[in-house]
Amino acid sequence: MSTNIPEGKEAAVKLADSDFAADRREHDVRAAVGDYWSRVRSGDLGAVPAILGLAGLVVLFTALRPETFLSTGNIANLSTQALPVTILAMGLVFVLLLGEIDLSAGVASGVCAAVMAKLMVDAGQPWYVAVITAIGVGIVIGTAIGWLVSVVRIPSFVVTLALFLGLQGITLRLIGDGGTVPVRDDVIVALANKNMPVWLGWTLAVLCAAGYAATQLWRWRRQRERGLVGRPLVLVAGQVAVIAAALLVATYVLSLDRAPSPLIVISGIPWGVPLVGVLLIICTFVLGRTPYGRHVYAVGGNAEAARRAGINVTRIRMSVFMIASTFAALSGIAAASRLNSITPDAGGGTTLLLGVGAAVIGGTSLFGGKGKARDAVLGGLVIATIDNGLGLLGAKAYANFLITGGVLLFAASIDALARRRRAATGR
Amino acid sequence: MADTNVEDTPPADDGHPVLRITGLNKSFGPVHVLHDVDFALRRGEVMALVGDNGAGKSTLIKCVAGIHPVDTGRIEFEGREVRVTGPRDAAALGIEVVYQDLALADNLDIVQNMFLGRERRRGIVLDEHSMEEAARETLARLSVRTVKSVRQQVASLSGGQRQTVAIAKAALWESKVVILDEPTAALGVQQTRQVLDLVRRLADTGHAVGLISHNLNDVFEVADRVTALYLGRVAAEVRTADVTTSQVVELITAGRSGDLGLAPHTAAENI
Repeated sequence: MSTNIPEGKEAAVKLADSDFAADRREHDVRAAVGDYWSRVRSGDLGAVPAILGLAGLVVLFTALRPETFLSTGNIANLSTQALPVTILAMGLVFVLLLGEIDLSAGVASGVCAAVMAKLMVDAGQPWYVAVITAIGVGIVIGTAIGWLVSVVRIPSFVVTLALFLGLQGITLRLIGDGGTVPVRDDVIVALANKNMPVWLGWTLAVLCAAGYAATQLWRWRRQRERGLVGRPLVLVAGQVAVIAAALLVATYVLSLDRAPSPLIVISGIPWGVPLVGVLLIICTFVLGRTPYGRHVYAVGGNAEAARRAGINVTRIRMSVFMIASTFAALSGIAAASRLNSITPDAGGGTTLLLGVGAAVIGGTSLFGGKGKARDAVLGGLVIATIDNGLGLLGAKAYANFLITGGVLLFAASIDALARRRRAATGR
Repeated sequence: MADTNVEDTPPADDGHPVLRITGLNKSFGPVHVLHDVDFALRRGEVMALVGDNGAGKSTLIKCVAGIHPVDTGRIEFEGREVRVTGPRDAAALGIEVVYQDLALADNLDIVQNMFLGRERRRGIVLDEHSMEEAARETLARLSVRTVKSVRQQVASLSGGQRQTVAIAKAALWESKVVILDEPTAALGVQQTRQVLDLVRRLADTGHAVGLISHNLNDVFEVADRVTALYLGRVAAEVRTADVTTSQVVELITAGRSGDLGLAPHTAAENI
């Protein structure tokens, strides 16, 4: 055996130099489609289920309620209906990315909204003081959850379940049993009930579309110049075109006069929509382009690997709960604006489940490590469409619960099956 | 065997090891795990660390990596005495350890994993382009061609490819010492071959490589020297060219082999 040792070494080197395909950089369309298909087959479905689901729901409700569902008034209504759940879900995406859960986000939104309403109504504070305080309350709640989960090491399920009960008590104490605090401040009410001037809506829409196209194409060019892995131009351009078209069509529809009476004019994008847009852009940037976002994904994918790589896992874990509760505060404000009032059960009931459901329907995994900010928007639209459509059909409350619960379970099943698929193909 | 193997061995760095450990002792409570251990890694050489389960291999590596504090003993890095009190210290010196479980995040791609925790940035934004270039450069330098794309998710890689990524990650950081814990433990024949190549190439590109392994075939295939641990003591440090597999087996199981190894009474007192 002593003579064959050096031979073994040489043979090994030759094999490694010759046996393997080189790194593929520039994908052509075929390869890109092939890659995408293999990703789908291995369980990484991306935004596809949410978009298909949304399209299916639109077709279904249009067929059942042809006059009302696709009317401009209902579409505007739908967009404000989706506001609270979308904002809530966007914060929850961060928590879900770590494989954690925040069951208290819904009632936290109620507490924050109650604080805001009490400050404006009872203390006579201006809206911005009330809003900043409400957001501050959200941050405090999130910090408490984050500390209990990441430092004391209580499972997030237990911590937030306890807060789910506790925070409802706070809302009840603030608002009073059976009481209602009206929200009449012009700015807050405008969020979900007033519209941007048509010219401003168009300007923003065009700026967004152009900005999106510019960043995508610029990145494509840079990748190509430096010989990096990139997608074919056709696909980049196609994606830009689809998004820009969706943006402009939505703007057009929302810019039509939707007043029921010919005497007045109601048109323009509701003010809440650009708020969601700004949050979406910020979250997408933070998750996709900053070291912080990278670390969130890493901790969600393999916390031990992240720890060994020198990432402060405790701090990351704490931060996601703070983000979730801050977004919950914004969501509570949006909900208060939509309902013009705060009741003791604000943020209770199905609020949280719909938020989690929106994120999961959008494509965020309950198992951590996979998800995007846009999932909240897609999922929020799906949830709002179901709610809206069932309302138009005059469905009874029991049917509403059953159907929404079924959709949630369905989305979670797809997530779990996709994960099994990933585990099976990912070796 | 002796004459052929000499050609494969790059010149030792004028005899000064990059990493030299002398007289290291480590106890966990009443259990004395490492007794006066001497261990050295030289530039351009693969040093295998062998020993039976419980001989103290992992403890020794964890002391080097700064995970366990040492009780007594001297760690010299490039001739200077250093104190390694945490994984960060070890990384700052240029010591990288690839653990058996690899510690890769499945949901990130190869580039993202290689730079995890040490991302390059411009302002607050990740500099993806320069990271991708550097990752590709490192993989090319190590002649790694097994991966289809550096933007592939780690979840889609085979066991050997994952090991390759973990090793390339260690080589990315201007590291001088790379220590590998059982890199071929769970791999098939072909993949083992690929990883052993990589280990060899790591040494040939100027790293000092430590290789923990149970597989003596692997050891004799890539290692220049072997340190055999026996119940927490160094039984012998020998050149692979000067010994046979059965001698190393005796060193591992009995602490001595012929005139190699621990003195008979030292070897016996531990049994």
